Amino acid sequence: MLRSLNIDPEKCTGCLQCEMACSYENEGVFNPAKSRIKVFTFHDEGRFVPYTCTQCDEAWCLHACPVEAIKMNRETGAMEVSDSVCVGCKVCTIACPFGTVNYNQDTGKVVKCDLCGGDPKCATACPTDAITYVDANATGLDKMRAWAAKTDNAASA
Amino acid sequence: MSWTKKILRVNLTEGSVNVEPLNMEWASQYIGQRGLATRYMFEETDPQCDALGPDNKLMFATGPLTGTMASTGGRYSVITKSPLTGAIACSNSGGFFGAELKSAGWDMIIFEGKSPSPVMLNIINDKVELLPADDLWGKSVWETDKLIHEKANDPQTRVAAVGRSAEAGCLYSAIINDLHRAAGRSGVGTVMASKNLKAVSVRGTKGVGNIKDPARFLASTSEQKQVLAENAVTGQGLPAMGTQVLMNVINEVGALPSRNMQDVQFSEANNISAEAMLEPRESDGKANLTTNAACFGCTIACGRISTIDKTHFSVENKPEYWGNSGGLEYEAAWAMGADTGVGDLDALTYTNFICNEDGMDPITFGATVAAAMELFEKGAITTEHTGGMELKFGSAEALTWCVDVVATGEGFGADLGLGSKRLCEKFGDPDLSMTVKGQEFPAYDPRGIQGMGLTYATSNRGACHLRSYTVASEVLGIPEKTDPLVTDGKAGLVKAFQDATAAVDSMGLCVFTTFAWTLDNMAPQIDAACEGDWTVDRLLEAGERIWNLEREYNNRAGLTGADDTLPPRLLKDAAKTGPAEGKVCGLDEMLPEYYGLRGWTTDGQLTDDVRQKFSLPA
Amino acid sequence: MKHVIVGAGPAGVVAAETIRKLDPSAEVTIIGNEPEPPYSRMAIPYLLIDNIEEEGTYLRKEETHFSDSAINVVVDTVVSVDPGAHSLALGSGKNMEYDKLLIASGSTPISPPIPGIDNPRVTSCWTLDDARKITSGIKPGAPVVLIGAGFIGCIILEALVSAGANLTVVEMGNRMVPRMLDETCGTLLEKWCKEKGVNVMTSSQVEAIEDASDNVRVKISGNREVEAELVISAAGVRANAGFLEGSGVEMSNGAVVIDEYMCSSVADIYAAGDVACGRDFSTGEYSVQAIQPTAVDHGRAAASNMVDHGAVRHQGSVLMNVLDTMGLISASYGQWEGIKGGDTATLVDKDNFRYLQLQFDGDRLIGANTLGMTQHIGVLRGLVQGRFHLGNWKNRLMDNPLLVMEAYLAATQGIQA
Repeated sequence: MLRSLNIDPEKCTGCLQCEMACSYENEGVFNPAKSRIKVFTFHDEGRFVPYTCTQCDEAWCLHACPVEAIKMNRETGAMEVSDSVCVGCKVCTIACPFGTVNYNQDTGKVVKCDLCGGDPKCATACPTDAITYVDANATGLDKMRAWAAKTDNAASA
Repeated sequence: MSWTKKILRVNLTEGSVNVEPLNMEWASQYIGQRGLATRYMFEETDPQCDALGPDNKLMFATGPLTGTMASTGGRYSVITKSPLTGAIACSNSGGFFGAELKSAGWDMIIFEGKSPSPVMLNIINDKVELLPADDLWGKSVWETDKLIHEKANDPQTRVAAVGRSAEAGCLYSAIINDLHRAAGRSGVGTVMASKNLKAVSVRGTKGVGNIKDPARFLASTSEQKQVLAENAVTGQGLPAMGTQVLMNVINEVGALPSRNMQDVQFSEANNISAEAMLEPRESDGKANLTTNAACFGCTIACGRISTIDKTHFSVENKPEYWGNSGGLEYEAAWAMGADTGVGDLDALTYTNFICNEDGMDPITFGATVAAAMELFEKGAITTEHTGGMELKFGSAEALTWCVDVVATGEGFGADLGLGSKRLCEKFGDPDLSMTVKGQEFPAYDPRGIQGMGLTYATSNRGACHLRSYTVASEVLGIPEKTDPLVTDGKAGLVKAFQDATAAVDSMGLCVFTTFAWTLDNMAPQIDAACEGDWTVDRLLEAGERIWNLEREYNNRAGLTGADDTLPPRLLKDAAKTGPAEGKVCGLDEMLPEYYGLRGWTTDGQLTDDVRQKFSLPA
Repeated sequence: MKHVIVGAGPAGVVAAETIRKLDPSAEVTIIGNEPEPPYSRMAIPYLLIDNIEEEGTYLRKEETHFSDSAINVVVDTVVSVDPGAHSLALGSGKNMEYDKLLIASGSTPISPPIPGIDNPRVTSCWTLDDARKITSGIKPGAPVVLIGAGFIGCIILEALVSAGANLTVVEMGNRMVPRMLDETCGTLLEKWCKEKGVNVMTSSQVEAIEDASDNVRVKISGNREVEAELVISAAGVRANAGFLEGSGVEMSNGAVVIDEYMCSSVADIYAAGDVACGRDFSTGEYSVQAIQPTAVDHGRAAASNMVDHGAVRHQGSVLMNVLDTMGLISASYGQWEGIKGGDTATLVDKDNFRYLQLQFDGDRLIGANTLGMTQHIGVLRGLVQGRFHLGNWKNRLMDNPLLVMEAYLAATQGIQA
């Protein structure tokens, strides 16, 4: 059964444990600047919003890639970037309307959330259950996906 | 490992920035942050120097666990000689600045000398430069933060700055980072301003990666986060209620000082408590508290994010204060509220916002206002001094007026900016200052919690609860319950807390973890992260070494055993109500035993045996 | 049903795959005119700097991808189209019949009307073969002239410089990449290139290319001239549609006019990608965008309608571009030139080569230019395409354009400013 990240911003305290877990898993360093999940702070409103790729069905990044460097992992449902194939053209970074594929200038490759191969470290590290990894059908991503569908050029009859 | 092993030395007189290797021998003895910077202070400064002169140094120091995934690992400390106390100052702050500094690749910054004109230090990883800050001088911390962010064009830039109070010479100015986290006490901000250093901005994208045993570190930090989560205080009380959870508790115990510590209980405590912060208000149906918030890496998240009632007199014409910002913590709420007799939650929240905006220590500020109120009631201060404001206990108008004038240092604000010791001396009644070594007490009356009397008297930075928080044991039963009303055994308790806390403050962790953690929980984390074997015994030894070195610094600065005392009010005037009714603080019963446990002379001087035992520098 | 696709670029390949997915029994043929397996021109710059091998440019990595999907890939050229007979005449002399035809033949570089442009030392940079010629042709220190600082010109700058070329860039416009970047942005990019040692001449024209002893002499407006071992012409592209002459397919500026079902004026003939004059999401007008994401977008939409006409109404493609010029990354979205009466928010950080410009129609984002930014760029598309009313967040963006991600989250998660 596919699972996906469920984010409940109301529960987030802005501690950045998720960013550290993500960067350590993927880059070997505790470094929020290199995290694929990012907590946005709304200071005046007193809100924190963790944000990362929803592995959307439209897979804008996957379709935009000219060299087939982004593929769906059938076990996790994640769109994964193959570093050896990615040429660093950045087309996916402008094509993803959620802004969750980013170019890493140090490596010349793009990076995005890959659900850590099915064991997302951000969810494990989150102390407040603001980020959980749950049955995909039960997530609150439906709204976001509905929006994605609405704006899909090729999807409305 | 886990140290970056690099420090920045910034000579403000010359305008130079140099990179030095961290002294790793010292790191192995003093850990980092508080301990390590104290070692540098001891080496490099004359303890007799003028705290506000160019010979004093100002050190921003992170710990080896700062910037890592260890829960609460986001702390940094500012170490300098205090202008308020003349003793060593070490003020610890959370937020995100410390981790950012570490992530930029620096364990520590040492500022020395004095810049001829206002400057700020800008750090972007290895790119470090002093920039002119004439445009920032005269601005509040919040304006400064905004202006720096506008120039940096990077929302992730973290800023630590001083406000207008520090520029005006307020002796208890704080360094504020991330808008409302403070290296709060002992006037470290005043020292910063005295050097014409307005701000430090930092962006670090290197991260912290040199972990000795990553797998063990991740396992250990994960396990210890679970301990915090399952603990009633760190897992439930602090996230839900913040430190303000204590307001009603300490009032019940009869240790909530009020009206400049004339009383030990405050009738309106509940109105300014954590519970009150959750109550929806009439005007807009919202509670004072919007949410809790975490500092970097903290899985407790005790921080308060609050709003002020827009219809409250303090802000009704000031929409700039209608948004969310750092809300009331217990010590601030006590000092500005209970100690001044003000039971108006919105007035306290406003006063707290201004303390953050212009960088004042709310404890010393509140306690100084309380002393001024007593002086006013006694007629020593009059409306002629204040320009018409009646400084009456319980007056929210007086409190908010005071914070506005101290923020800018205008008029009577300059007097209030002296702190209560100098204020009470100036107005002829020095005994009304509730201070030790010139620094004001926090929120626990040592008549109701005896161990805190010894804590205050012997604290190396003047009266302070964060040097040995025996409240944990005496009130909350952590790690084991002791009777708050007795003095027996408190000398040992205080020493144990002092040594352990010195170690905690030197690792990069928050002392609030100690509601759930002991050094047993911390040692595995630092041991997995850092080179060398870090056992509980070694941490305790380092803690005791740090304590002794701080004491040695103070002794050389001219402080003696005679300074390890409390104001007469606490030693002679018995508590009037509550469980401690009839009690004074039995400091005399605890102090000699304490000196004995420390191995010090009866005058509180270190002995050669102690110096040798801890390999203290000559 | 027999589908024939002219062109083996992204539009053609995506269309073929989409048809295969929608109709497993359909016959699908792609006709490409280059000998290599279908490849991406987007990847050529990375081939030039040796980051990848030629295989790295291929659109599909599995050697048997097309045969496994039962997609015939034929190397040939198309000479003409006979809509009445539903038939193509091929360069090989054969004919090929179709039920549905997709014109996805892309574009080719234009040859600017400059005396001497046919000199053998002049090449374009468009095909893998061009790339081979260029990489083998540059010796360290060799003087090279690049005509045109457009998208293609800029994207190969790094390759030319790192091969050791002593490079002069001649651009007609008053800034670099004038069709993608506004004046501030394009001028900043020019400064960047100059600091990296590239001789950039804007508002300049190559007037003639003449043989010199070992080299060619390139004469440039303003009585300037430089010698060059190699001249690279990157003065723009035009739709590759000459074979449609006489077919009755309506053309506009050399490109195929299509409707919202990607169909040309002639039944059963569709068009996609650089050769198609497709609908622009922002303006609602029909134009050639000539960009990779649009090619893919077109390919999918066209395929759906080829299988089931009327199945998908194309809403228009958001114009977007991303460009890496010697490490400085720029991007543009939608109506980045702004509209009359709309507000513009800008952030300029010349010292650090950072720039962000946002264009609004009322309180909705309609376009943007960025320079030196790599994080969360895509959300600009999200904001443009979602047509979100930003309310007070627009005012915040006017103050600080860097808050685009926050504005997007606020718009989608109901955070009031």
